[in-house]
Amino acid sequence: MAKPIKRLLVANRSEIACRIARTAREMGIETVAVYSEADAGAAHTVSADQAVALGGMSPAESYLQIDTVIEAAKSSGADAIHPGYGFLAENAEFARAVSDAGLTFVGPSPEAIRLMGDKIAARDAAEVQGLPLIPSAELRGSEADMAKAAESLGYPVLVKAAAGGGGRGMRVVDHAEALADAVAQAGREAQSAFGDGRIYLEKYLTAPRHIEVQVFGFSDGTVAQLGERDCSTQRRHQKIIEESPSAALDEAIRRAMTTAAVKLTSAIEYAGAGTVEFIVSGDEFYFLEMNTRLQVEHAVTEMVYGVDLVRLQLETAGGVDTPRDTFTPHGHAIECRVYAEDPSNGFLPTGGNVLRVDHPTGPGVRVDSALLDGLEVPVLYDPMLAKVVVWAEDRDQAIERMTAALHDFSIVGLTTNLAFLIDVVGSGAFTSAAITTTSIERDYADWKPSGSYASDAALAAAALVAEFGRVPTTGPSSPAAQATPWQTLGAWRIGDAHPKERG
Amino acid sequence: MRGLCEELRGRVSDNQTGGSEKARTLHVERGKLLPRDRVERLLDPGTPFLELSPLAAWDLYDGQAPGASIITGVGTIQGRQTVIVANDATVKGGTYFPMTVKKHLRAQEIALENRLPTIYLVDSGGAFLPLQHEVFPDAQHFGRIFYNQANMSALGIPQIAAVMGSCTAGGAYVPAMCDESIIVGNQGTIFLAGPPLVKAATGEEVTAEQLGGGDVHTALSGVADYLAEDDEDAIRIARRIFEHLPPANTPAIQLEAPEDPAYDPEEIYGIIPNDVRKPYDVREVIARLVDGSRFDEFKARYGTTLVTGFARVHGIPVGIVANNGVLFSESALKATHFIELCCQRNTPLLFLQNITGFMVGRQYEAGGIAKDGAKMVMAVANARVPKVTVIIGASNGAGNYGMCGRAYSPRFLYMWPNGRISVMGGEQAASVLTTVKQAQLEKEGKTLGKGELEALQQPILEKYEREGSPYFSTARLWDDGVIDPMDTRAVIGLSLAAALNRPNEDTDFGVFRM
Repeated sequence: MAKPIKRLLVANRSEIACRIARTAREMGIETVAVYSEADAGAAHTVSADQAVALGGMSPAESYLQIDTVIEAAKSSGADAIHPGYGFLAENAEFARAVSDAGLTFVGPSPEAIRLMGDKIAARDAAEVQGLPLIPSAELRGSEADMAKAAESLGYPVLVKAAAGGGGRGMRVVDHAEALADAVAQAGREAQSAFGDGRIYLEKYLTAPRHIEVQVFGFSDGTVAQLGERDCSTQRRHQKIIEESPSAALDEAIRRAMTTAAVKLTSAIEYAGAGTVEFIVSGDEFYFLEMNTRLQVEHAVTEMVYGVDLVRLQLETAGGVDTPRDTFTPHGHAIECRVYAEDPSNGFLPTGGNVLRVDHPTGPGVRVDSALLDGLEVPVLYDPMLAKVVVWAEDRDQAIERMTAALHDFSIVGLTTNLAFLIDVVGSGAFTSAAITTTSIERDYADWKPSGSYASDAALAAAALVAEFGRVPTTGPSSPAAQATPWQTLGAWRIGDAHPKERG
Repeated sequence: MRGLCEELRGRVSDNQTGGSEKARTLHVERGKLLPRDRVERLLDPGTPFLELSPLAAWDLYDGQAPGASIITGVGTIQGRQTVIVANDATVKGGTYFPMTVKKHLRAQEIALENRLPTIYLVDSGGAFLPLQHEVFPDAQHFGRIFYNQANMSALGIPQIAAVMGSCTAGGAYVPAMCDESIIVGNQGTIFLAGPPLVKAATGEEVTAEQLGGGDVHTALSGVADYLAEDDEDAIRIARRIFEHLPPANTPAIQLEAPEDPAYDPEEIYGIIPNDVRKPYDVREVIARLVDGSRFDEFKARYGTTLVTGFARVHGIPVGIVANNGVLFSESALKATHFIELCCQRNTPLLFLQNITGFMVGRQYEAGGIAKDGAKMVMAVANARVPKVTVIIGASNGAGNYGMCGRAYSPRFLYMWPNGRISVMGGEQAASVLTTVKQAQLEKEGKTLGKGELEALQQPILEKYEREGSPYFSTARLWDDGVIDPMDTRAVIGLSLAAALNRPNEDTDFGVFRM
């Protein structure tokens, strides 16, 4: 039933849309981009063979409109859709609608999506496969019932959205008094972000590390694992830095986790790329959730395993994959997410106009970015601007390489977290792999940049412009501020307007 | 005409290099910027520079002083049109030849008449001593420089100096008389008497820096106000000073957006005949100078040897007075009427000179051509609107006066490379002389032989050809520059716009002899 993909519509935007389209191009697959009004002219529309407008500004009005996206695929002659991450990537309805429309959905089946998308059902499936789970409790009934459920877990507890991920709809509750409010708030957030307000409780673990395993299901049912990624450097459950392999695992626990991940993935007959997320606390690991999509930090795995996961996805979806159950890692990779936010001001999102961007490059340096000179960064979408990924022989070298790459990354025109990333990567906690998921919030709450983070060249350029670049176009001398030849002739000198070129 | 323009271009660019290669290398080795670079960096980036009389001292002083060792012009600094006077120390140490003084004074005159701030980039060894008698004693000599500074300052026209080199004796008054002065440390020096003179006078031994360097004058004497690290720093400080100047007092005048002429200005090359005496219709030239080639002619059917009318150049309204033949009474009367109109409306005047003179003969003298010409001269001399003159052909005799020649203080006056300026045309002079000589001989009962006629006339023709050439004129500052017809539109526009830095004034005419 699967047929090789000829024309792929990428139902996403920004860096991931660019990245997916690039692999498609490599494979000779034609690409179709879609865009909201806010994204007209964005990088991902420019590099595709076709671009179709979705209309609307907010995600809800554009990228989340299932019918419009499918219509765009039909009208552009696409035979497959890749959902990227976020947006409709884990929307089972969308996956169903795509295949109903006779198009190939690059991802797992709607059933697998639905199963793993329901956090409670996912935990049940994991439990059946023998994966250890974080003690949790469903929230049912009255406030008193909820309070009892929380008591049985023991505070602190984590209120989580059943349908969500990415930190939305999550709240840590330290004591009983705060429970009711937290439940109500989390429910509201979950409803607006995922359209599903169900929540549940989990035991909140201490010094936890967030470590996930990349799995891949081929079209013949073979499931392989491509190692783990340590995503402990997070803030409010939003990942900032990821790396592979994790410096916190020994071989035994690694083997146990990866085996468990493969087991679960096989059991649910999962096809394509997926990630099984765990929380590791001490020597114990607990199943957290499974993401039935390509993840933001997939590039880290690609660097360590020398693979192109998108390529595997497209081949598998098109039924032309070459199944294998073993992938071999080499070296160490780290990814830093560059956000349009101000870490010295509560990490508030910053918008603005990218006057000029210079991406780092060099051996072992990869940047997935949709930044362009002159880009207007809208505040409507996720504030992630780019991912910087480095690979090196070992972790220390990777840290050196990442530090250099971050210093080379110059974005002029809006405030970003680049300086903050440099500080974190260079911190003792990071270099000694001591970071847990609570570290950033605890240690960087009052972070301020040390000195000015701007490349010397940028500072010099700014000084020159301040000194000499100011050319008042309507100076005080022009009569009634109207333009005279002194303003309109440019750099005229005698002898300029003659017919021949000067020799 | 094209050939003449090529020749002009070559001469100007040769002159613009300044001093010898050796002198320039030495200058730069001392850590200084070349004078032309100083000017360029002072200007707002991407703005015009209207250089004045770049060919001053052409073929004078055995060619020792290209540009008369000084660069002058009008440019924009922090949005303000400014007169810039920069000594060229690579030419004879920037010393003042007679033409250097004249060029410096002319720049100041332009600043005064148009109310433009003036900045002096001082780097000069003082008077060129071998010619001191033509540089020092007279009214329009070196001392006048400071008189002008004093008077301009009194009128509120900012006077700024940057001492970037030597500034000795009388020259020391340039920064001392300025409103604000900058001096480059370990490079600029100001003293009334230098170390050799001091030693000779009192036996005191002292270095130039100790005697009058930047440190002394900014910290101890107060003769200078700002200490700069180098030329670049001095320019930066100068630009800072300009930021704090009050805005210009500009007249209320309605400008429009500039529009290129509908006819290609390059066609002017073909319109102007090689022979200055050959007539053509000057409207063809006007059509290629004014915005949209739109020219609203005034009184077209009367006094047809003079063309008058309204137009815009680069959006600036202008009244044009242009010769189209010999001047008759009617032409002069028409011009007078037109000049009065322009004065009434505060419309600037543009004179396009191509005039050999007034009509001659008994009929015309009896008709009062002299008094009609006088009316025109009265109008021109008294007109208080900005006047710009371009000599596009001949400029002889009284025609020069009525058409606002140099003596009538146009704010700017330029010449085309085909122009000729002399009291009368060369051939006319030759024939006048021949007539006189023949009359003389007849009295003695002799006549002029054929060969003698030629021998008599030839030297006169050559003399007038040489003395009437635009290069002879520009060398002596009889004009503010020889310009290419293709540059004329821009030059007129920039000149008129610079003139608009001075508020309107009412014109009072004297008695018109009726």
